This record gives sequence, C-alpha cells and structure tokens, in this order.
Amino acid sequence: MKYLVNIGLETHVQLKTRTKMFCGCLLSTESEPNTNVCPVCLGLPGALPRANKEAVKFTVMSGLMLGCEIARHAEFARKNYFYPDMSKNYQISQSERPLCLGGSVEIHEGGVPSGAPKRVRINHIHLEEDAAKINHYARHSGVDYNRCGTPLMEIVGEPDLASPDEAMEYLQKLREILVYAGVSDCNLEDGNMRSDVNVSLRPEGSAKLGTKVEIKNMNTFKGIHAALEFEIARQTALLEAGGAVVQETRRWDGDLGETFSMRTKENAHDYRYFPEPDLLPVDLSEEQVEQWRKALPEAPEAKRARFQETLGLPAYDAGVLAAQKPLADFFEATLAAGAPAKLAANWIMGDLLRLLGAASLDVADLRTVTPASLAALLKLVDAKTVNGPTAKALLEEIFKKGGDPEAIVKERGLAQVADSGAIEALARQAIEANPKPAAEFRGGKAASLQFLVGQVMKLSKGKANPKLAAEALRKLLS
Amino acid sequence: MASIDISSLSVASAQDALRRGDFTSVELTQSVLDTIAAKDGAIGAYLTVDADGALAGAAEADARRRAGEDRDLLGIPVAMKDIFNVKGQPCTCASRILEGYVAPFDATVVARLRAEGAIPCGRVNMDEFAMGASTEHSAFQVTRNPVAPDRVPGGSSGGSAAAVAGGLALASLGTDTGGSIRQPASFCGCVGLKPSYGRVSRYGVTAFASSLDQVGPIARDVEDAAILLQAIAGADPHDQTCLDRPVPDYRAALAGASVEGLRIGVPKEYFVEGTDPQVMALVRAAIDKAAAAGARVEEISLPHTEYAIAVYYIVATAEASANLARFDGVRYGRREVGPDGSLQSLYDLSRTHGFGPEVKRRILLGTWVLSSGYYDAYYNRALKVRTLVRRDFEAAFAKVDAILCPVAPTPAFKLDSTVNDPLQAYLCDAFTVPANLAGLCGVSIPCGRTADLGLPVGLQILCPPFAEPTLLRTARAMEGLLK
Repeated sequence: MKYLVNIGLETHVQLKTRTKMFCGCLLSTESEPNTNVCPVCLGLPGALPRANKEAVKFTVMSGLMLGCEIARHAEFARKNYFYPDMSKNYQISQSERPLCLGGSVEIHEGGVPSGAPKRVRINHIHLEEDAAKINHYARHSGVDYNRCGTPLMEIVGEPDLASPDEAMEYLQKLREILVYAGVSDCNLEDGNMRSDVNVSLRPEGSAKLGTKVEIKNMNTFKGIHAALEFEIARQTALLEAGGAVVQETRRWDGDLGETFSMRTKENAHDYRYFPEPDLLPVDLSEEQVEQWRKALPEAPEAKRARFQETLGLPAYDAGVLAAQKPLADFFEATLAAGAPAKLAANWIMGDLLRLLGAASLDVADLRTVTPASLAALLKLVDAKTVNGPTAKALLEEIFKKGGDPEAIVKERGLAQVADSGAIEALARQAIEANPKPAAEFRGGKAASLQFLVGQVMKLSKGKANPKLAAEALRKLLS
Repeated sequence: MASIDISSLSVASAQDALRRGDFTSVELTQSVLDTIAAKDGAIGAYLTVDADGALAGAAEADARRRAGEDRDLLGIPVAMKDIFNVKGQPCTCASRILEGYVAPFDATVVARLRAEGAIPCGRVNMDEFAMGASTEHSAFQVTRNPVAPDRVPGGSSGGSAAAVAGGLALASLGTDTGGSIRQPASFCGCVGLKPSYGRVSRYGVTAFASSLDQVGPIARDVEDAAILLQAIAGADPHDQTCLDRPVPDYRAALAGASVEGLRIGVPKEYFVEGTDPQVMALVRAAIDKAAAAGARVEEISLPHTEYAIAVYYIVATAEASANLARFDGVRYGRREVGPDGSLQSLYDLSRTHGFGPEVKRRILLGTWVLSSGYYDAYYNRALKVRTLVRRDFEAAFAKVDAILCPVAPTPAFKLDSTVNDPLQAYLCDAFTVPANLAGLCGVSIPCGRTADLGLPVGLQILCPPFAEPTLLRTARAMEGLLK
C-alpha cells in the first residue's frame, strides 16, 4: 500500500527587538552568562512582566505579511511547567487569544520550482518568551538566563506539507518573508529560528489523517529534513508490517540520525494554561494595524511577480533578485537611478554578484559600488559610450576603490570610438599590417575576421566598438 | 533622648510634632524601636527590625526637613508586612522557603514611601504567602491580638494590625487578597483600607493571587490611612495592571465629611445566620447612627454573594499555584537536594520542606482546578461567576454610594481554633472576598467592642472601583459618629 504524508511545522522565531519580551534587558547572544538579567527575567519574588510593544508590532507585521487575520483583542496566558530554563516555572505565552489567525505560505508542489503553486495554511501565530539556555557540564549543569525572556513568535502551520522537500521550501519561504519584514534575522546558527515538526501517514485514498508523531530537537533545516525522512521511513515500515503508530513525542538525535521516543500521549504535559493576570489584554485599534500595514515591505512573492510583469524580467532573474531584500533593494535603487531593467539585472546577477562572492561580501555591506554609480555605468553601456570589456574593467575598479564612472571615462578618454570614419581608418591599418589573415578571410575563412577585429581593438586601445569594427573590415575586404 | 509615647500616636499628630520641632525623626524612630524591644515579646508582631537602617533613614529625614522639605510622611517610621521587597532587607513572606532571602530591589510602594520620607522600620508577621486569616500560618512565630492575647490578630496582615493596635508602630502596610487588611484591622480595632484593584502598584510585592492582591495601609484612624494611600497610589510603569488614572487628594476629601444625603446600601445577604449576633448588633447600630445623621439607608441585594467563597478559592489558588512555582530552590531561597542529586529531588525536597501545610493545600487546589479535564468545570466557571459577583455590585452602586456591612462573621477567635478546620476558616472570608473579586475599594473601621469580652468589631464600607474619596469621606464621617 502507498502512504501519503502529512507534515505540520511549529516554527519558533526570535524577534529582533531591542529589549526582552517582558522587561527592559537588552537582547544579546554575546554577553557573559547571566549579565543581561533583572528581577523580572530571573523570576524574583514580586517582579512583574510588562509587554514589549515592539514585539507585538513585529508579530502583527509578520501576520500581515503572511496574510493572517489580526486579532483586535489578544491575551497572554501562563503555560505551567517545571524546568530550570523558565525562571518562573511558567512561560508567558498565548493560548486562546493569539495575535494572528489563519494565513498561509505559498510553495511549489513537491518543493521543486516546476511544481504547481501550493498554499500551506497557517493555523495561528502567537507571541511568547524564550527559555534560558542550559549548559551541561561533567558534574553539574548551569543556567544562562540571558536568553530567558527573548521575544519568541510561534508560527503554527497546518499539516499541509506532503514531503520533507515541501517542508524545506516552506521554511525557506517563511524565512525569506520574515527577514524581509525585518522582524528577525532568522539566523539558524544563533537559534533564531527553530522548528518542531509533526508527521503522520495515511493510506492513499484516505482523507483522514493518520496518528501524528511530534519530533523535537532539530537545529538545522538539514536536520529537519533528515528527521522527517527517518520518521517517514520508520512509520512506513511500521504500518507495512501491520503495526500501528503511537501518538508520541520523539527526540531527534542528529549524531545517530534517528528519532527516539520521549513521551507518549498518556505522559504528555498538562500545561494548565490560564489567562496571565499580570498583563492587560492587547487591544489593537484598526488605525494601529493599518499604520503597521502601510509600513510593511512588499512580500518577496509579490516583488517577484512585479519584476516579471512590469519590468519584463525572466522568471529566473526575478527569482534571484527578489530572494534577498538587500539585493532587491539594490536592484530597485539602481533602476531608480536610471539604469535599464534588463541591463541592471544582468550586471547585478553576473558581474556584481561574482565580485561580491569573491570578496565574501554581502550586498548590504557594499559601500564602493552604489546603485547610483552602477546606474551611471550602465547608462554609459546603454548609450554605447563604453564597450563591454571597458565597462567590466570599470566595474571592477569601482568595486575596489569606488568612484564615478562618468568622471573616470572622461578623465581617461575611455569613451568608445564609434565614429565610422575613424574606425574605417583603423580597419585599413589592421588589414595593411596583417595581409595574411586578410587574404584568408577573403578566401572564405570567416574566423579570421575575429583576429582582425581584435587588431582594430588593440589599435584603438580597446575603445573601438567591436561591432562597428567588424562591419568596417567586412566592407573593406569585400 | 526624650522617650515619646507612641502607643496612641497617629501619623498626622506625629507629623505635626515633627513640624513643630517637638521631637526629631531620630527620636521618634528610637522610641518606636525601644517600644518594640520592650513590648513586642508579648505580641510577636515583628519578624525582623532594621534598627540601623531605620535610624539612618530617620537621620536622613531630619536632614531633609532641615533643608526645607515638608511632607506628610517625612520622618515617619512605617511597619512593613514581610511580603514587600525592601532592598537589603530579608523578605520571607513568613515562609521557610525564603529563609535567608534578601531583597535586591525596592517594591514600588516602598520606593514611594521612601520618596515621601517614610522609614520602613521593620518587617511584620503574616500568614505564609498571605494565605490565611489568623497569622497562625506563619512559619516563624505566633502573633497575638494585642487586645486579647489568647486570640489571633486576624490575617494574613496580622502583624501589620497587631503592630498598630499594640502601639508598636504608628502605621503599617499590608496586602489584601480576600480580606487580609480589613479582617485583621477589624480583629485588632484599627482602620484597614483595601484600595481598588489597579490603584496601587503590586511591583515588588510577592504575589499570592495577581488579579486580587492589593496593597493598603493599616492605621490608627481614617486620616492616617488617607495619608498613606496618597503616598502609594498611582500608575507604575512596572505594573501594567496598576491603572493610569489621576490620584485625587484623599486628605482633602476628608474635609467636612458627613453622611448627610449619602445613599447607603445594606446588603441583606451579609446579615444572615452564622454571623455572631454581637457583631450583627454593632454593625446595625452603626448603620442606625448613619441614618440618624441623615444618610438614606436602604436594603439592597447582592444575590451571588453565596458563591463568592467558592469562586475566590478557585481563582486565588489557581493563580497562586503558578505564582508560587518560582520557589523551587534553583535560584534563591531554600535549596535541598536528595542523595541522587536529581533535579526532581531538588524540587520535591525544597518545596516539601519549604512550604507549610496551608500553602501546599492551596497550591494543590489551584493545580487541580486548572488541570486538563477540570478547567472548565472549576476555573472557567469561577471566572463566569466572578463576573456575576461584579455585576451585583455594579447594579447596587447604581442605586447607592456606599455599602455598609460586617467585615467578618465573628470577632477575633482563639489561637489554635481554626488551623485544623480549613473549610471553616475559609468561610470566615465570606464578607471580604466579594470586594476583591469585584475590584472594589473597601475599609474596615472600628465600630465598637463586644459586650461580653470587649473584642473589637469592624464596620466594613465598600465603594465602587476608584471611588476612594467617597470611601474615605464616609469612613471619616462614620468614625466621628462612632466615637
């Protein structure tokens, strides 16, 4: 029997607010352990939380980017459990009244670019506080409360994903959108984005979802993919052998590449959620939400579509340029400075990305080449003032040292020779100096023309328009 | 140094004397410390006395006065319930689990008292984590009722009331979650004021039940209560539930206080069988005096009163079960690890030996009412009934300005008489918890003593949320009528 897979993801995203969720401590991963702490995040007697407005804003912005309905009235709740990573032994979270409801992420079926568009539904997004970091040593464990109280947004997805590859694309898209929105760095190494997954199998033809298993403790996208593949294989083998899947939570061991049972449904935590009496409900006015909506960046998917439709870029170009907001911003600023779209796309995706890659530099950190200087250069190319090789050399120079392309061209007389009289004179010179290739071309060896064009370029010190040079040579040799 | 008799000295009259230069704050504070040393052995109100800190504070207050400052609380020592964080002082909540814990910051109310020049001079006893109505649930010591030493001072702010009634403090701060200021004030014959929920910051006040807890004064008279409330009331950025509403001039509200024309409601559900007839008679007599003085008295009904106790013991214990979870031995307080060195043993032993039986009972109750499968039947239903209780008062306050009723069904009871019968003890909160559930402001003022044993009985006055000026004016007028 063939089984169909249903995967759902619960993704925790650390928000990059200035301060913690319920106190004024700064967010920092670099500080010495237990230095960014206060009575509130340490859970001292008498301390009270106060909600971080910026975190609420970032969560609402995320919800708006993902097409969620924004709750006008949201509430915090206490989630009770004993563990030293939560100083109060309850986590302030949201349960019945989360900030965002519904929404979706657009992916491709099968997680491949050729797949048909597919909507992966989001159940809700809620806001909570992150736990402390526990470090285990040989004889004891230590708790670092610096992370305790970091604003954490949980995006609870519906089990709409049909394969590990789809799960990967979902996460990549989600990450792209959240980085775009500027609400999180979604840096996986720093633990900015962590996901728990649930996976169930059902026989083909059956609409009813199978028994789900939750898997925790994956630190990377790769780990999630591997854990899902392992779990699907495990459940498939179990079902094919006539067994049944037990509803449970399993732990992924990345070193062994296996999942292990942590606890079954019977032993599941009873978190005893109840409304947080120390915090007022979050009531958002229509105006407030509208104000945040207006400040939203364009979603990457919308940008991609616009690049194709209004700029006429091929799908591939639009995809590359829209994938990262800084690159898309650079591209659009270059257009705004007067560069033609296709030319700008080619040069940014080609030469500029190559130079950045070689220098291990991020476009956001690029200071030498600016959208204005690139646009100036491309305008010179477009007007045929400089030829391709000259422009390439110029870009490399500006990338290294900065500068204004127009000024450099003027200063060094790099403008392309496009005067047909001058080119014809150079062509004649080239033919005279190279009688053999000239004779070969006349005799029908087309390749010899390229050599002669090269000679014209040399004589012009690279400034001749190669196309015009070829035309002049053909005319003289015909 | 002149010894000052503080046994009946009010804050206002002490301040007048300080202003006149009759004595200094150092002299006043030294007299308080001397009185505690001489008399508290028999009462047991204080857990710790910060003599050095108090005298240093007094010297500072005297210097501020010499520099031209003049404030109602400048140089006045105030006794603090052991639930308030005072930087550098122990804060045990009368619990073994916090033995040795020293507060690293000032509660907002403490910071405000200090800004006004008041001096937190010592920490007074209470029921452990404010759970109880007799102060017998303190892990450390018994506090006796100064009026009748074989009886309890009430609770949970029993130390606060005993200190004031026993002449060991001019005034004190307590907390009231279900009557913990008003009931001990009634038992000891003091004025105890519970402000409206959201009037005073809870930041730095160790939480029992967050949606019910309020800080308030216990004092010798209504004027002193108004002075203390003035100092501590008002919005606090550290406490979102402390509302940003203007703070009226409470002392000014007392001027010319009268009940003439005041609409007074007398809830029939508060005058039922089970209430001590002497208590009932004293409260009735007070109401008659109000009527004679021109108040328009009418009987009202608060039909959901009978459910208030059940609702209270669900909501309060549920919140407490989470609020007290932080006492686990990991970061501070009592820490006890089992032979296996496990985390579970740390939790089990620290909490088993750190908490007393009443606290454990309430944590278990609160955990139970929140647990999966019981949440809707208990906690959720309790929230709904809480709304009904609140609506009872809203309807009543549409017709009357203030409600007059008993504080507790009995005067102070004997030591050891209720500790083994928790349910009976819970029922004694019947007249005080509704105000907490509805967020009202309320006050207990002395309204006489029982004929047989001469035990103090309080009159409870309740007003709508944030109607403290009306509450204080009524209390002041009644205080005059009852003298």
